[in-house]
Amino acid sequence: MTEALQELGGYVTAQTGAHVAKSEIVRGELILWTTPESLLPLLKFLRDDTRCRFRTLVDICGVDYPERAQRFEVVYNLLSIYKNHRVRVKLAADESTAVPSASGLFSTAGWFEREAWDLFGIFFAGNADLRRILTDYGFEGHPMRKDFPLTGYVELRYDEEQKRVIYDKVKLTQDFRTFDFMSPWEGMLHLPGDEKAEKKG
Amino acid sequence: MAETQIKPMTMNFGPQHPAAHGVLRMVMEMDGEVIQRLDPHIGLLHRGTEKLIEYKTYLQAIPYFDRLDYVSPMCQEHAFVTAVEKLMGLEVPARALYIRTLFDEITRVLNHVMAIAAYASDVGAITPFLWSFEERELLMEFYERVSGARLHAAYYRVGGVHQDLPAGLLDDIAAWANRFPKVIDDIDNLLSENRIFKQRLIDIGVVSLEDALDWGFTGPMLRASGAAWDLRKAQPYAAYDKVKFDIPIGKNGDSYDRYLVRMEEMRQSIRIIKQCVEQMPDGPHVVMDHKVTPPTRAQAKRSMEALIHHFKLYTEGFHVPPGETYTAIEAPKGEFGVYLVSDGTNRPYRCKIRSPSFAHLQSMDYLSRGHMLADSVAILGSMDIVFGEIDR
Repeated sequence: MTEALQELGGYVTAQTGAHVAKSEIVRGELILWTTPESLLPLLKFLRDDTRCRFRTLVDICGVDYPERAQRFEVVYNLLSIYKNHRVRVKLAADESTAVPSASGLFSTAGWFEREAWDLFGIFFAGNADLRRILTDYGFEGHPMRKDFPLTGYVELRYDEEQKRVIYDKVKLTQDFRTFDFMSPWEGMLHLPGDEKAEKKG
Repeated sequence: MAETQIKPMTMNFGPQHPAAHGVLRMVMEMDGEVIQRLDPHIGLLHRGTEKLIEYKTYLQAIPYFDRLDYVSPMCQEHAFVTAVEKLMGLEVPARALYIRTLFDEITRVLNHVMAIAAYASDVGAITPFLWSFEERELLMEFYERVSGARLHAAYYRVGGVHQDLPAGLLDDIAAWANRFPKVIDDIDNLLSENRIFKQRLIDIGVVSLEDALDWGFTGPMLRASGAAWDLRKAQPYAAYDKVKFDIPIGKNGDSYDRYLVRMEEMRQSIRIIKQCVEQMPDGPHVVMDHKVTPPTRAQAKRSMEALIHHFKLYTEGFHVPPGETYTAIEAPKGEFGVYLVSDGTNRPYRCKIRSPSFAHLQSMDYLSRGHMLADSVAILGSMDIVFGEIDR
């Protein structure tokens, strides 16, 4: 299985030239790295080539890494029911990158891109209907970003005076608690004071 | 007299409508009684499951999966635990794999029986609804006997299942599996050749295979359009490579075919259930590595090490090595996938849930255009959607 994927990765890289920046196999799954400019030609090739035939776009999602220069990873999972294999196409983007929309190639991309826009704020250029999809009408912010707090900023309540449902600032009766479970023995590679030992050595 | 142009009427369907299968709001542009455009508004049941999972340990994340598609809970746990096991490189014992296969199929019957019954009541037949809820009750009893909960089981755990099957359960399941085909036959008699049922379903919402792939259809929706694609056969997981079953496919890709595919899938599930009961191996139901699974109560009473393991597992949880995986299983509604990114801590860094209904519902506009208003209910019902997993 892994060899077949390796071969497929090599084939796609050879055929599409510069469109694949890097191809790797992680835990038996093929990952192709690309750039926003090369995304559409690569997806088109994967869809139409007789050896690939990835006709189903299973999923599009974002992953947020705030510490990176380009904080988002946009992940496309494709499936070929004819050849029975999967591939993952990834690219890096930030808030100002316009990722070209795949909705022209796969109709199913429309809502997945709307979701990524709604939850992460990844902008897809060419998606005709880039509205929010999962959050409320008039919601502000992109909740799946790592810097968006779990509790959010606002909460809904019914206001007796105005006789309608209104948004209010969120009030927490108990501070949000999160525990750091990184073990100082297994997780921390550098213990406080290690710099002294390293300086001498 | 000159013909007058009538302005298309905009109509609101839902979010509270018995045929909306939950909280779906659809804004329809109607030309008389013909749908010109349809815009589904979703997200009314959004609970931020993916965000919550990022703040929970891997064990605490499992119950959230029951609450996605609340009609077929265990299949979704299955997707998550296999994803975690893949990242950790765990070998799951054979008995656990068989138990999972068994309960996946029970879940499939649970889901389809509900889907067909609700569908029948959508298009005007009440009786199957009453009959099938009786069966659902029996199936949920099996759920209760293994996990203690009728719906939200949280039974599948990383490394196996939470507890071994109680004594006598397999016999009861076998007895039920022998009796149940009669119920399918009854529903079959009532619906399949029913004139009204066929009038409402045949040639409604026809999808060609090309379009089905383009819209990301999976599961019964794809099979009704003629593709013999089933993850249980194509990319076997659990014990599916050791049991025999057939994949039913449709010819026309209309609502009636989708109904027929689900009916046949229930019969195939019964076949799998019977084989699982027969072949059920002995042995542990969970991996014995107590860094991942808790020690028994008796062990924790006697051994200090076991007590520490128990404490660490239920406070800190286990750490999953860094990496990422997309793992999918064949849930009753289609391909249910989990894209899991781990950064080496005790909590998932990102857990994207790919639900089949989300892709299916998206094609509602494409499927309903040119159909009558009443047909939109028939199309919606044939998709078998549940909002828990669409809105997440």
